[in-house]
Amino acid sequence: MDVKAQVSMVFHLDKCIGCHTCSVACKNIWTDRPGAEYMWWNNVETKPGTGYPTRWEDQEHYKGGWRVDEHGGGDRDLELRCQSKADSFLKLFYNPNQPGLQDYYEPWTYTYQDLFDAPQGDDQPTALPVSQITGQPMDIKAGPNWDDDLSGSPIYAENDINLDELTDEERAQMFEIERMSMFYLPRICNHCANPSCVASCPSGALYKRGEDGVVLIDQEKCRGWRACVAACPYKKIYFNWKTGKSEKCILCYPRLETGQAPACFHSCVGRIRYLGVLLYDADRVADAMKVPDRALVESQRSVLLDPHDPEVISAALANGISEGFLEAAQDSPVWDYVMRWKLALPLHIEYRTMPMLFYVPPLLPVLGKGENGVFENTAGGLFGTLDKSRMPIKYMARLFSAGNVDVVNASLRKLLAVRFHKRAQQLGDIPADEVRRVMHEAGLDEEAAEAIYRLTALPTQEDRYVLPPLQREEAVAGTCNPELCKGSCGLGFSQKPKRGA
Amino acid sequence: MGWIKDLFAPEQRTWEDFYRNRWSYDKLVRSTHGVNCTGGCSWNIYVKNGIVTWEMQALDYPVIDAEVPTYEPRGCQRGISCSWYVYSPLRVKYPYVRGVLLGAWRKSRKKFPDDSVAAYRSIMEDADLRRRIHEARGKGGFRRSSWDEVNELMAAANIYTIQKYGPDRIIGFSPIPAMSMLSYAAGARFLQLMGGVNLSFYDWYCDLPPASPEVWGEQTDVAESADWYNSRFIAVTGSNVLMTRTPDAHFLVEARHRGAKVVVFSPDFSMTAKIGDEWVPIHQGQDGAYWMAVTHVILQEFFVQRQVPRFLEYLKQYSDSPFLVILEDAGDGSYKAGQTLRAGDLAQYASVENAAWKLPVLDSKSGEPCLPGGTIGHRWQSTKGQWNLKLEDTETGKPIDPVLFLDGATDERLPILLSDFTEGSGDKMLKRSVPTRTIQGAKGKIRVTTVMELLLAQYGVSRDVATGDWPKGYDDEHCPYTPAWQERFTGVGAAQVISFAREWARTAELSGGQCSVIIGAGANHWYHNNLIYRAIITPLVLCGCVGVNGGGLNHYVGQEKLVPQASWGPIAFGTDWGGPPRLQNAPSFHYMHSDQWRYDRSFNDICPVAEQEHPMAHGHTADKQVLAVRNGWLPCFPQFDKSNFEIIRDAEAAGAKTDEDIVNYVVAQLKSGDLRFAMEAPDEPECFPRLWYIWRGNALLSSAKGHEYFLKHYLGTHHNSISEEQARDEVEEIAWREQAASGKFDLIVDLNFRMDSSALYSDIVLPAATYYEKNDLNSTDMHTFIHPLQAAIPPCWESKSDWAIFRGLAEKTAELAATHIPQPVKDIVVTPLMHDTPAELAQPRVRDWSKGECEPIPGKTMPNIKVVTRDYANLHNRFVSLGRNFRTLGLSVHGTHYDVDDLYDDYMKSKPVERWGGVQYPSLKDEVDAANVILNFAAETNGECAYRAYEAESKKTGIDHTHLAADNRAVRMTFQDLCTQPRRVLTTPYWTGVTVDNRTYSAYCQNVEERIPWRTLSGRQHLYLDHEVYIAFGEHLPTFKPRPEMMILGDLDKSSTGPGTLQLNYLTPHGKWHIHSTFGDTLRMETLSRGVEPVWVNDKDADLVGIEDNDWVEVYNDHGVVCTRACVSARVPRGLCMIYHSPERTLSVPKSQERGNRRAGGHNSLTRVRLKPLFMIGGYAQFTYAFNYWGPQGVNRDTYVLVKKLKKLVW
Repeated sequence: MDVKAQVSMVFHLDKCIGCHTCSVACKNIWTDRPGAEYMWWNNVETKPGTGYPTRWEDQEHYKGGWRVDEHGGGDRDLELRCQSKADSFLKLFYNPNQPGLQDYYEPWTYTYQDLFDAPQGDDQPTALPVSQITGQPMDIKAGPNWDDDLSGSPIYAENDINLDELTDEERAQMFEIERMSMFYLPRICNHCANPSCVASCPSGALYKRGEDGVVLIDQEKCRGWRACVAACPYKKIYFNWKTGKSEKCILCYPRLETGQAPACFHSCVGRIRYLGVLLYDADRVADAMKVPDRALVESQRSVLLDPHDPEVISAALANGISEGFLEAAQDSPVWDYVMRWKLALPLHIEYRTMPMLFYVPPLLPVLGKGENGVFENTAGGLFGTLDKSRMPIKYMARLFSAGNVDVVNASLRKLLAVRFHKRAQQLGDIPADEVRRVMHEAGLDEEAAEAIYRLTALPTQEDRYVLPPLQREEAVAGTCNPELCKGSCGLGFSQKPKRGA
Repeated sequence: MGWIKDLFAPEQRTWEDFYRNRWSYDKLVRSTHGVNCTGGCSWNIYVKNGIVTWEMQALDYPVIDAEVPTYEPRGCQRGISCSWYVYSPLRVKYPYVRGVLLGAWRKSRKKFPDDSVAAYRSIMEDADLRRRIHEARGKGGFRRSSWDEVNELMAAANIYTIQKYGPDRIIGFSPIPAMSMLSYAAGARFLQLMGGVNLSFYDWYCDLPPASPEVWGEQTDVAESADWYNSRFIAVTGSNVLMTRTPDAHFLVEARHRGAKVVVFSPDFSMTAKIGDEWVPIHQGQDGAYWMAVTHVILQEFFVQRQVPRFLEYLKQYSDSPFLVILEDAGDGSYKAGQTLRAGDLAQYASVENAAWKLPVLDSKSGEPCLPGGTIGHRWQSTKGQWNLKLEDTETGKPIDPVLFLDGATDERLPILLSDFTEGSGDKMLKRSVPTRTIQGAKGKIRVTTVMELLLAQYGVSRDVATGDWPKGYDDEHCPYTPAWQERFTGVGAAQVISFAREWARTAELSGGQCSVIIGAGANHWYHNNLIYRAIITPLVLCGCVGVNGGGLNHYVGQEKLVPQASWGPIAFGTDWGGPPRLQNAPSFHYMHSDQWRYDRSFNDICPVAEQEHPMAHGHTADKQVLAVRNGWLPCFPQFDKSNFEIIRDAEAAGAKTDEDIVNYVVAQLKSGDLRFAMEAPDEPECFPRLWYIWRGNALLSSAKGHEYFLKHYLGTHHNSISEEQARDEVEEIAWREQAASGKFDLIVDLNFRMDSSALYSDIVLPAATYYEKNDLNSTDMHTFIHPLQAAIPPCWESKSDWAIFRGLAEKTAELAATHIPQPVKDIVVTPLMHDTPAELAQPRVRDWSKGECEPIPGKTMPNIKVVTRDYANLHNRFVSLGRNFRTLGLSVHGTHYDVDDLYDDYMKSKPVERWGGVQYPSLKDEVDAANVILNFAAETNGECAYRAYEAESKKTGIDHTHLAADNRAVRMTFQDLCTQPRRVLTTPYWTGVTVDNRTYSAYCQNVEERIPWRTLSGRQHLYLDHEVYIAFGEHLPTFKPRPEMMILGDLDKSSTGPGTLQLNYLTPHGKWHIHSTFGDTLRMETLSRGVEPVWVNDKDADLVGIEDNDWVEVYNDHGVVCTRACVSARVPRGLCMIYHSPERTLSVPKSQERGNRRAGGHNSLTRVRLKPLFMIGGYAQFTYAFNYWGPQGVNRDTYVLVKKLKKLVW
């Protein structure tokens, strides 16, 4: 057992209000500079929709993540989808799988100054859109959030590849008002346990931090080959055209190191985000990602280690994981959502990078039916039932369980059961046997339902973000006496800059 | 897989300092944004190297209760983009003046080197030059100026305007003080000390829900968002909580996890629809029909088939449903509902004080009329202590059990007539018999019934075999207001209504009233919004949901809640020095002065009424406005068609010696017709408003309903309206001039930190500090904390805080006044009959003195007229000093007063003071001083003041309420305290919720728990409105009037139509990427949206005319044109389009082929304001004017447009 500690994440999509505050918080701090204009380390997508960069989920096109290579005799191996060892060198110079500017968008600004400087004329001046790259007037045709709230769009929503599982009829119905639906999918780097980006880097510039699992690109080592851009199936690595290096979400490690949640977490107004430590067995990661698609969620769970298990604890301590870290793992809200309640699921686990960001799928309104211009809802009972939900379960399963409908259903059933439980407890207008049935089907007892309720509805920031102590004095000791560091940190570069090498 | 590298070694990771250094910062400062978003979010502003780098939400809100979700974090995608503005190319860094004006000024100054007033005069009285200055507006040509130069120009303009026309021609507009109350107060104080005019905003924005004063006598009072969590059933209608209440939305989501049911009503599949248990795609603007049917079901099943004791007890004590309505003979053996029975109608009560304003009920034991307290007659009587909701007879002290239903004790059933507006006309009557009682009155027998009985009749709920036009059942689609009947309006099936109504009332029954409605602009922006609201409020009252935590009507449109009212008001409106202030309701002002009335026909086209004969119920809206002004119902500024100073000179010449003589002279002049109110002749030059200060708002576009008419008539510049005038033969009271005036305003000044549309069209643009460069206070109704704005850095470039700008302008104006108006002068102030004063009893009937129906008596049958003194030479001294009136008069809100003389004296012992003229005053020199004065004297932030206010309230009610303040009596808040951590404001009688004992704020809990009356006629919640104009409009009972149809609105009379065009209803909901127009022009928000604010169109509609997503389109009607891109989606229903309120016309706006290749406009280019005259009435209980409180609103959703592809993109 090779116990690793990872700072992991849960996004509760039932709570997401699609506001994009997270995106701007991140942009203000990290990518508000030349070369990074088009980067959105954190973005929020409307689902169904095509996302940013457009159709990023289409791995037939982008070839991100891992594929299972079937050798004879049931032997399976993981290979990067975007490169075999043979062609990896060739692709240094030409990589057809990388998104181009047209897949992201051409960043623009306006000739704002004209509003002050325009000479007296015969009509009102207006500030024109101009490219931030060329400075020339441009026609805006795409943006990082182009299909926001555009459910029911014939161009965007219909091209969501996750709808491919649906029959033509089911698909067509989703664009009728009676069945239409949408929800929001915020995305940052998944800080995967089996990251294809790290594996793809010819320069060895990408690494996973040993103490917290944060995946980083060494800005000194990076040579701008961009193999990682192609290899990341989530398209969460961006090439900075000014520095010639790639950049990505750093999970705000400078904030983590000072006991603060990452900026996108801090600023999450829907209070949907949770952060906490997960322990996992690094020895078993690769094998766990070789199982067939429908078993992948359970397989990932099998790699996660119970922080209360004495065996795990001693193996963790042996691996240098501190007691403080273990305490954080034991209090981790991520452990509760992912393992204790099995509510939170990985996004596109079939890419086999073993993402360490998990999503609680959303409950959506009940379906309606429309006849002769008159609309009726098909609600059964106060809260409706899952089979009457507007979002086909097959669609959810494509996103959160590699197509395994049972896994998503189990999660949604629990969410609904908690509401039945609370309603019954407070008002008693749902028959007791119905509440019992719903709870039983969800596999919940009252204690668990109450615990889920509290962590979902009532969490304070201390409940949402359980940060491990990163003990920086020990980390800096490798390069600098902490006492010296105290007196000099922040004074220019800690070493001479090496530019352009 | 050896490829995955876990790296511990610090020596290999020294590069990580790269991002660590970016994260580091030098300073954190708490501030917030003043943008009328209602957020009131606490933010930390990060400063590094003296530069504002970014902002993040503060997370340190005190926890209200462990069982309620916390408020952290608050703040949205828009607010977090604010730092972009500080150093952006859109930033106004210096004072700017348009070249034509600046050139003329510099030239004229040379000509008059010693007299800047003469210099200004020579420009304004050169007609050709004045016209050229006007025509240049909005067309570029700005030149940089200096503070010295612009201050002199503006001061000269002030003095010139005062001397030539009077100070009531100087107009100020700044919206919603609560969002940055000192910045608002700066300009308002400056204007009011001069005698200028402040325009209202809450009604103009159509954020004021008139149903709130109608039912509750209250401007608006609602729950803080944390209280949603206490709801068990939440209906969301006309409000896109997830889009527009971003920092609050989590409480709604979290309430679901606690077992609340959420039903979302919205014509489009909105962001909020996503979190509903049910989404109901109700047709826009027809919500009223749905809720009328909901009430039909509730009355049938929870009042007739079965009765719920709690509902009945609640109605008896807290609603007007047991009060008695006089049935008037309508001929033909039928009756109609009239006024409520008054004590004066009965011999036994005829001699009690204010008998005409006290309302008896029937007591179930004695079967006789009894007189409960708490009515408006008790409120204003000389004996205090009877204004309460105790169920006991004020004369005998005996307990009362009011009768709601007369069916057990009826003398006879009488047929009454009820209007049915289903077809959009007022002719159709339904006849239904109701149980009645005959009472022996002082002058004969009086037939009465209860409000409750009338409600049953109105809603078509019969108890037994009844004769008349009753519905045959829920599925009777021909009879209002059944579930089947509403289908044709709402598009929602009857079964849905029935199940909703049952679940709703059942939840209220089980939870003690924890059902709530979150409602907003989507319902309030329609012409008949009051009816929509009353249709929704009625079931809330019937089920006992109002005044309960987790219950009630939660209307959130605009940040109207300025918490520390009592101490802020005198500072903002200069009443610490004198008064009354000149406060004008903006809807009437803009309707009349921007000449939009000229394009209007009779309002009967769009507003069916029951009795057209009534003078208020037919004709042209402008005529009704004139009557409202004459009768003192609404204000009128400018006041007269003559300068006030000239009137005083004339009066004195005619022998007036005293102020009273002057007032009498004015009355006589008005009566003879020699003097007219300015609104009787809005196109006469002597009636023009002349000088306009705009600050903190986007008055010329974002909030300018009828923007193109503003350009045409106010500014005198280019515009895109092709409307024809309609009013010529319709108006009777207005002096019609064939040629409408163009370019009424001499000078328009805009204070701004960004070059927005208003700045672009103003003559002078002053660089204002951003929210991160000034100190201020902020409060909201979404939460119960009060926040500071703080300067994280000094004002950038040459910008200044609003306070400093107006203080500087006051200084310069006083300097010029020392020469031009050195001595104090007398001025006349005309103000309407005011809410929360005894004038609420002034006009039991509508009488027009100008028609000889009564005598003109100031303060009774006409406005108040008062002579005041202006001291222009001391303008600056007064501005920076808290005047002695503050000390001697004490503070009051809603007529509840407390003394502060001792606190005033104490304050000066340790705080900054000003000394001049031999007297010492608390200093208001800078914003922090002013903030500390407000906090030190307001009941919400000073526990002693709260205690004193409750002592005063207790005297009025005769019930001791001081327990609500006893535990907090020692609390004092200072500006520094607020900077340290958000503070929760105290419970006071000026608001209606209770926050002691860790409770969340919900409106009207004090009324219910403390038995404090609502400030209405009966003191109860009004389901029945007995004013004669309500009866004439057929709106005395909750009713339904359909949306005006496209053809009668006159939006498309002249616009070119034909193949390739779509005719659509045009909606402007609040959007995702801007707060009104703020933030929408930042690169952040433009990038996250589409680089423009698009028009949203349904995909099938778009297909009809070949519009594809992202195509450029023209959206136009007779009023104007917008050119933008299309956003095509099936989530938008057919037949309507949306442009989210409100894009600037400064960015990315092409020229319009439809309107002669001129630059297209903004979203308000397509609107024209229409006022509903019903809301103009005054001098009658809750229908009495207050600023932003009562009056018609600027409705804007009843608008149609054409949409077609833009042929050619031309910039």
